[in-house]
Amino acid sequence: MGFVSAIGRTLLTFFEATGGFSLFMWRALTHCVRPPFYLRLIGRQIVDIGYYSLPVVGLTALFTGMVLALQSYTGFARFQAEGAVATVVVLSMTRELGPVLAGLMVAGRIGAAIAAEIGTMRVTEQVDALATLATNPMKYLVVPRVVAGLTMLPILVLVADIIGVFGGFLVGVYRLDFNPAAYISRTWEFLEPLDVISGLVKAAVFGFVIALMGCYHGYHSKGGAQGVGAATTAAVVSASIMILVTNYLITGLFFSK
Amino acid sequence: MTLAADHTPPKIVLKDVAKAFGPKQVLRSVDLKVGQAESMVVIGGSGTGKSVMLKCVLGLLHPDRGSIQIDGEETVNLSRRDRERVMRKFGMLFQGSALFDSLPVWENVAFGLIQGEHMPRRQAKDIAIAKLGAVGLGPEVGDLFPAELSGGMQKRVALARAIAAEPEIIFFDEPTTGLDPIMADVINDLIVQCVKDLGATALTITHDMASARKIADRVAMIYQGQIIWSGPASRIDDSGNPYVDQFVHGRAEGPIKMAIRAL
Repeated sequence: MGFVSAIGRTLLTFFEATGGFSLFMWRALTHCVRPPFYLRLIGRQIVDIGYYSLPVVGLTALFTGMVLALQSYTGFARFQAEGAVATVVVLSMTRELGPVLAGLMVAGRIGAAIAAEIGTMRVTEQVDALATLATNPMKYLVVPRVVAGLTMLPILVLVADIIGVFGGFLVGVYRLDFNPAAYISRTWEFLEPLDVISGLVKAAVFGFVIALMGCYHGYHSKGGAQGVGAATTAAVVSASIMILVTNYLITGLFFSK
Repeated sequence: MTLAADHTPPKIVLKDVAKAFGPKQVLRSVDLKVGQAESMVVIGGSGTGKSVMLKCVLGLLHPDRGSIQIDGEETVNLSRRDRERVMRKFGMLFQGSALFDSLPVWENVAFGLIQGEHMPRRQAKDIAIAKLGAVGLGPEVGDLFPAELSGGMQKRVALARAIAAEPEIIFFDEPTTGLDPIMADVINDLIVQCVKDLGATALTITHDMASARKIADRVAMIYQGQIIWSGPASRIDDSGNPYVDQFVHGRAEGPIKMAIRAL
């Protein structure tokens, strides 16, 4: 009997959490299209999420592109297909590694920061204070972050794609002795617009997920410093898992036969 | 502060308000009336439901049952737009001040004017500096950040923020908690002065009897989620209620048993 009730409790908790999150997401989305709009706050979040994430995303993309070129060269050399290195680098970066790695890095940097900031505001009653000052906390705290996440991740990923391909180019030309013009030509030869577009769509979804998870866990944190810490962890973990799951779903949507 | 005249309609009315969190029944049945321009102080120990009652009135929590009227208007199931309209009547001083640590002091004070009333920033800043002056802080404080202020100064800033939009009703949540006795008395004096100047209605929750005696026109005591006594502040020492007597005199022995869990 205890076992059955434990399963029941777990299921109830799961459905409660799912329902709560769905409602939160719905409220965030509806507030995104209803005035007032806090443009100054949106601008600040765009700088925080977009501009200040550039170094970490750029560095990740650069080394990923470089490693990718090295790995694919040593692998493809086994069946004399070294010429495909440039194509593999550009397709991997634009379709998968650019959006996923940028998403995971931003989830660690921004998702955690959002959850910690809003969580601290929650436990110190600053969120309640917003409401008593006739300011909707969803509009003031959640919407600017969600809008910034949604718009900035695609731009970050576009930059990451370019830097990643450039990393592959550097290794290809200076380490593996490819002809620069031939490498660039091979890079463009098999690249299709859909490869880049699918990556940017993924990036937009990841940006939305990261900001939403950070806001959701921060908004519902309780119990002081420990609660804020737990919210921060939950935000990063859940955003990372959601990135991996939605990555598969979007890939299936774009490329399934 | 003035006592509410009997013929004026009450500013705040709570009828049979109940609120539970899971199996824990925090508010059982709260009935309370606060008159126009009256200062009501609700006293009670930790975990008796004071904060939950205040959050229900503010609309931050939704009661499970009962009625909460502001100026005769039912507020329990208001739409978002109407809730924001009612909120404009309120000012609130939080226990921990709840200042926005990412904003300078003047912007904290002017927040409701800029965001709630869409006032130009320059005009709102002038008002914020004036309100800081009203609570004894110079204009140079306006450019500091909350983290640079002492607890007492933060409380003053929070009071300035609560009165900045000249609300009709001001709520005070444990206004003197965490302050030394002298600073607590300064804050009490400021509260009395500000409420009087605005002609506002005040609802305070506290367990600081010195504060209650100084601020209150009327006092109500909450115990186990119910108002068990209310009357004029002058009668607090001869209420005839053993619960009130024990609380007012801070005795360990008596009918009140301390709650273990915080709400």
